[in-house]
Amino acid sequence: MDEDCPLLSLEHITKDFDGTVVLSDVSFKLCKGEILGLVGENGAGKTTLMRILFGMPVIAETGGFQGRCCIDGESVDFKSPFDALDAGIGMVHQEFSLISAFTTAENILLNRECTHPSFLNEVFGDRMSVLDRDAIRERAERSIEKLGVKLDPDMLVSEMPVGHKQFTEIAREINRDGIRVLVLDEPTAVLTESEAEVLLSGMRSLADQGISIIFISHRLHEVLEVADRIVVLRDGKLVKDVSAKGVTVKEVSAWMVGRDVEAKRASGAHREFGPEFLRLDKLWVDMPGERVNEVSISVRKGEIFGIGGLAGQGKLGIPNGVMGLQLAGGEALLDGQAIPLNDPRAALSMGMAFVSEDRRGVGLLLDESLDWNIAFTAMQIQDRYLKPFLGSRFLRFRDDRGMRELAQEYVDALEIKCTGVRQRAKELSGGNQQKVCLAKAFAIKPKLLFVSEPTRGIDVGAKRLVLDALLKYNRENGMTIVMISSELEELRSICDRIAIVDEGRVAGILPPEAHLEDFGLLMSGRGATEEARVANA
Amino acid sequence: MRNGNGKDKDGFKGAVRSFVASFGWPRIIIALFIVALFFLAPAAKVEIPSALSDVLNRFGMNAVLVLAMVPMVQSGCGLNFGLPIGVIAGLLGSTLAIQVVSVGPLVGIFKPGLPVFILAIILAMPFAALFGWAYGKLLNRVKGDEMIIATYVGWAAVSFMSIMWLILPYSAPTMIWAYKGYQLRSTIAVAGFYDKVLSSFLAIRIGDFVFPTGMILFVALMCLVVWLFFRTKAGTAMTAVGSNPDYARASGVDASRARILSVVASCMLGAVGIIVYQQSYGFIQVYNGPLMAAFPAVAALLIGGASVNKASIVNVVVGTLLYQGMITMTPKVINSLLQSDMAEVLRIIIANGMILYALTRKSKVAR
Amino acid sequence: MNGLQKNSRFLRDNLVVFIFLALSLAALPFSGQAGAIPDNLMARVTRNAFLVFALIIPIYAGMGINFSMTLGAMAGQIGLIFCVDWNVVGVWGLLFSAVIGTPIAILFGLLAGSVLNRCKGREMVTSLILGFFMEGVYQLIVLYMFGSVLPLRSPNIELSRGYGVRNILNLATVRGSLDDLVAIKTPAISLGGLVLSPVKIPLVTIAIIVALAFFIVWFKKTKLGQDMRAVGNDMAVAKAAGINVDRTRIISIVISTVLACYGQIIFLQSINNMMTTDAQSQTGFMAAAAILVGGATASHASIKNVLIGVTLLHFMFETVPNAAPRVFGQADVAEYFRSFLSFGVIALSLVLHAYREKKKEEEARRANRIAAGETAAANAAAAAEGGRA
Repeated sequence: MDEDCPLLSLEHITKDFDGTVVLSDVSFKLCKGEILGLVGENGAGKTTLMRILFGMPVIAETGGFQGRCCIDGESVDFKSPFDALDAGIGMVHQEFSLISAFTTAENILLNRECTHPSFLNEVFGDRMSVLDRDAIRERAERSIEKLGVKLDPDMLVSEMPVGHKQFTEIAREINRDGIRVLVLDEPTAVLTESEAEVLLSGMRSLADQGISIIFISHRLHEVLEVADRIVVLRDGKLVKDVSAKGVTVKEVSAWMVGRDVEAKRASGAHREFGPEFLRLDKLWVDMPGERVNEVSISVRKGEIFGIGGLAGQGKLGIPNGVMGLQLAGGEALLDGQAIPLNDPRAALSMGMAFVSEDRRGVGLLLDESLDWNIAFTAMQIQDRYLKPFLGSRFLRFRDDRGMRELAQEYVDALEIKCTGVRQRAKELSGGNQQKVCLAKAFAIKPKLLFVSEPTRGIDVGAKRLVLDALLKYNRENGMTIVMISSELEELRSICDRIAIVDEGRVAGILPPEAHLEDFGLLMSGRGATEEARVANA
Repeated sequence: MRNGNGKDKDGFKGAVRSFVASFGWPRIIIALFIVALFFLAPAAKVEIPSALSDVLNRFGMNAVLVLAMVPMVQSGCGLNFGLPIGVIAGLLGSTLAIQVVSVGPLVGIFKPGLPVFILAIILAMPFAALFGWAYGKLLNRVKGDEMIIATYVGWAAVSFMSIMWLILPYSAPTMIWAYKGYQLRSTIAVAGFYDKVLSSFLAIRIGDFVFPTGMILFVALMCLVVWLFFRTKAGTAMTAVGSNPDYARASGVDASRARILSVVASCMLGAVGIIVYQQSYGFIQVYNGPLMAAFPAVAALLIGGASVNKASIVNVVVGTLLYQGMITMTPKVINSLLQSDMAEVLRIIIANGMILYALTRKSKVAR
Repeated sequence: MNGLQKNSRFLRDNLVVFIFLALSLAALPFSGQAGAIPDNLMARVTRNAFLVFALIIPIYAGMGINFSMTLGAMAGQIGLIFCVDWNVVGVWGLLFSAVIGTPIAILFGLLAGSVLNRCKGREMVTSLILGFFMEGVYQLIVLYMFGSVLPLRSPNIELSRGYGVRNILNLATVRGSLDDLVAIKTPAISLGGLVLSPVKIPLVTIAIIVALAFFIVWFKKTKLGQDMRAVGNDMAVAKAAGINVDRTRIISIVISTVLACYGQIIFLQSINNMMTTDAQSQTGFMAAAAILVGGATASHASIKNVLIGVTLLHFMFETVPNAAPRVFGQADVAEYFRSFLSFGVIALSLVLHAYREKKKEEEARRANRIAAGETAAANAAAAAEGGRA
């Protein structure tokens, strides 16, 4: 490894979105045949950094970035991901990008097929060339071999186990001519332990063949096992760039989550709670991208219970499963009564409400006015805001005035900035939309409230207001709250207990004042949790 | 500063601009086109009073059929290209009504006029509900491809019913072929049953101009019923399902049920619509009569400013007026001015062009 | 167990084929002149097969049934109008029509392709409406532009008012020119009590259809064919791999439109007269019904589907409508039965397909869940082992 002539170097990369700095002055180098582990919490800037490297159009659309990327010491400026591919940088994303009706070989050589010209080429151009299936197969086999895994080149993707899909993706990237840098974003997340082993050794052999790898993973033990060097990002800054030799998982997770600042607690630490209110027993939820495998927790009355964890680990699946929005199984009890799963109406009728993380997709009627948005659930579940027509119980019409008054009440209480309750939801800013979602949930006066990512994508001032509103309803109305968030600080600031979900399971439950690095350990993959348990014991 | 409050402050110019934006250029062009036709009418020797009553008459005949589109659009099922299914229910109602009052057990009980008309509607409703329920069930199973499937299911239903019209044992003498002694005629006169019961009710006559008061009142009544329906709990839920099915589900609404209900409502309105049409037109058209029923109704709704997933009663009224105005006036004026029968071709192009425009417009709002 | 599963799956996948085969066979004894069926069937199949092939390529590209293939048919008809007007006779007349029709078909195809690119996800209904819309445009051309803007030389095809083409175009000059170019006739065969009338086999037409089938098989193996399959399976993935999705889709529609143009010329040459303004209107429905009867779906079609479908559909047309009047005791039933069958088969197979796709999605999710469960279980087991160690 020649430290003096780096293959790829990022220099002083700075990027902001509308004034919010997400990367500031990040610089690091990548040498030929080196594996670099890139770690950081959600929102630390990993994704944005990779987007900049790949010239994703979204970067240019949001005002570009400062700093520069260099390959072989020369500054490059990619206009699109295809430019990056041409320069020999390949990336494997978390979501599969495979055609399921095609075979392994067809996918590996997608749009780079070997062909020989046909008689129609003269007239209609190269696309009339005929595919050379044998050559395609052979080239696919070569790149499978290079990766050092076992894959049947003729197997259809739709019939493959998940791990093989991942291998196919990687084989496709390394099949490109002149591939020099490979970025792998959480490649082991979907793999079994043994498949992950195979992949890690495959990465090692690719590196030995001179391909440099940027390995993004939350499984720190895997990163430490395979990486030569580790770069840690936190809040958009590069906090550590060290050789992986001799570093422990504990150290890395401490770097990731940062210094242990005493969280600003809203009120006294010692609070009295009622009896057990919500109990989940072996709950599983089939939520795409946020699968819950087996979760058992118990929440007490009056408590604010936090659920944290990295993206894709299943924390979001929990409320979606309990509220009946995603297919779920197992047992859930509210105040001793079984909650019928897969039945949103029943869940709402039992006195639970949910503020979804998917604000625009699930939380709002974007094309309708605020009063509809806020009062709709109350009308449908509790038959409120319906006026009997001529005293008839069966013919009742919408009480528009009542709905407007309700909406106005919450507009005032939550300080929703709008031109009036008849304004359409899509015209509000993100923070105000979030408050509308909260108002919708408060309007049915729930005994238990799930709030999922309540502050995602809203500005700092609005964040505070949303959290204060939650605190207020908890303290004044005794509402039990289960809050799911990717932001640990936020959970620590208002929750009474915090569970960390990892790979669809609860990795551990900690008090908010626990050390940050303990939280970090719980999030750092299964291997690390072992370590944490030992450390806690 | 978001667009919400901009509207009120810009004054007249802003008002015009927002009117144009909400009304849409296609509609303005068609409206101007119709106004131009009225101006050209004297040159083409077209009598304006009678032309106006024609437009009003056809508006009344078609408005309920257009109204039948609204529930399905609002619930997110898209444009109801399966309108013929509702129309068939209406045909069953009207033919059964004529059958039972002329030869059945009810001879003499129902007086010609409004009672038979109401009987026809009452008899049509169970069919409409049943067909609508089955059709709705079907559409729920094929979410995504509703419109093309609706078209073909509608057509298949029309040709299936054509076979039925041939073999069903109707026997009322005014409905069957006199020389055969059985089998429904292809057009059945409603004269003596409910011909013009609405159109001539309280009709106001000023020279050549006739205002079909009864029919317009009936249309208004149907609009009111639909308007009120959308203010009930179920109607509100239906709108929410169409606006965002995930939101509705998260609020405890059974989206599938809401969609089926909307299809049933559409079929019922379609059945009523065709009976209103018959009383003004004077004939019941069976066999292939309803085959293309959906397209003018769809085009009218879209001309009225509706999109594939939002429609209102205003869209229905404006659209039916514009569309019927166009197809009444164009043949009269253009054909006489240009000495050609180009109007029919123009109608095909404008009506289908309008549907095409709506289908290719980005209908989903940014989510 | 496995064999049984396989069988039931085969049955399910070919449900439409079996329903219609059973229906036709059941109707066969009641259909009357069974002896004439082979000859009629041969004529109908060779007449229609080319048109049905025109639907196959957009299905590869994931655009469903291209109901706007009528645009190509209209282009072919314009070609034929010129051909009759200029009095180009015989096979040369057909070639002439094709030469005139091709650029028009390409133009129409480009238009249709770009329209369909604007409404991804509901191509089928849009293509249907586009067909209706262009029918208006076509009528504008045929009834008003011929003889006024476009030259019309022979007065006997012109409307008496001085412009526009007559409603019925006599195709005597090109009639059968392809079918009769090289044709053989089998002798009448007597099978027991049944006398099969002689079957005329139009060898050139069949050769052209076979050549087209081979072309399509070959086309699937080209880079463009592969790109179309990729686009048809997953637009997002294809785009990420650098395939120009929109362009590929447009090309598929252009090819379909041009083939429909040729298909319509072949179809019309075997018929005496052409209904000038609406000869195309039946084309789209018939072709769609044929390919769907053959077991194709909106997302999957093969040469086999086309050939089975066109044969089965016309076999059905030969038997069921003829049998229906006898069964129902009504003579007029036949015509309605025919349209019921063609609309019905399209409706049925679209419904079955949409339903199956939905089911498949659910199954895939369930399979995923099981796989993930296994992964989790394996990891847990490994963890337990690790803990013990």
